[in-house]
Amino acid sequence: MCGTCGCSAPTTITLEQRVLEKNDLLAARNRAWLAGRHIFAVNVMSSPGSGKTTLLERTVRAMVGLGPVSVIEGDQETALDSWRLRAAGCRTLQINTGAGCHLDATMMAEGLRELDPPEGSVLFVENVGNLVCPALFDLGESARAVVVSVTEGADKPLKYPHMFRGADLLLLNKVDLLPYLDVDVAAFERAAAAVRPGLVPLAVSATRGDGLEDWYAWLRARQDRRDPQRLAR
Amino acid sequence: MVHELAIAESIVEAIGERCAGSRVVRVRLSVGRLSGVVPDAIRFCFDLAAAGTPVDGATLDIEEPDGWARCRSCGDEYRVDDLILLCPCGSADVEVLRGESLTIRSVEVT
Repeated sequence: MCGTCGCSAPTTITLEQRVLEKNDLLAARNRAWLAGRHIFAVNVMSSPGSGKTTLLERTVRAMVGLGPVSVIEGDQETALDSWRLRAAGCRTLQINTGAGCHLDATMMAEGLRELDPPEGSVLFVENVGNLVCPALFDLGESARAVVVSVTEGADKPLKYPHMFRGADLLLLNKVDLLPYLDVDVAAFERAAAAVRPGLVPLAVSATRGDGLEDWYAWLRARQDRRDPQRLAR
Repeated sequence: MVHELAIAESIVEAIGERCAGSRVVRVRLSVGRLSGVVPDAIRFCFDLAAAGTPVDGATLDIEEPDGWARCRSCGDEYRVDDLILLCPCGSADVEVLRGESLTIRSVEVT
């Protein structure tokens, strides 16, 4: 109803509200919760089949001085990845999004409450395999790691710029397959730098182990930055 | 385009919270060209998300502000249509100034 005379003409209400405001507020709350417990939370994103779970399995098994590691596992259906990671030796929490194509800050908050990762630990959030939607939803993570495999082609950063632009770390996985492929790694590096200047991919093979020391070193360095006491210990 | 459904649901939910008790007949959205959201997909999902809510049947107006970026190397400001932000001077060291926002500007209620 019109506020002036009570007639039934439509009234305009100015909102100027960001659509993702609620998600971003919840993400900020998650981030503060994690920071208060010195938990380093990495949002691991990629297209389906790039090797996220294999990378995390290997990371959990390597026990490379990260302290306790746990994983929030996002998939549309099944707990298959959760079982794999539990078998590798860490605590996991499976979130099935059903029709949903990404995790959001609400799911992250529920995941944190249920999993309750210990203070000073590392938490991996394996997002739903998808290079589009997860890029838009802040979870409150400490850092974003994007995994792309050499078989996906060198143009992926250009085709999915939102995802690569938000990456703190880029892992170029499955480099053990390079001898069998016609893929130009330099072109991939150029594409990544075009979308995010300074983003230099780490070449790794999660199955064979190539380059993983660099990944572990990045995790330790970022974790130490989060918790200065760790440097003193 | 599935994230547009989640976005459309967020829009309907946010409006419902701000305009409780009213029937919403028009929604004005601003979807920046660099926001990562496709306006046509939002239009498609909006009716689904609005069904059975006070926003059901509302007209959706979408403005699409251009993306603008500033080159940190040459200082130039220029329009960009996508997130491959190469400056005409060749530098990729570019910051986005505008065009990333996704905002509910206003609604009309009766």
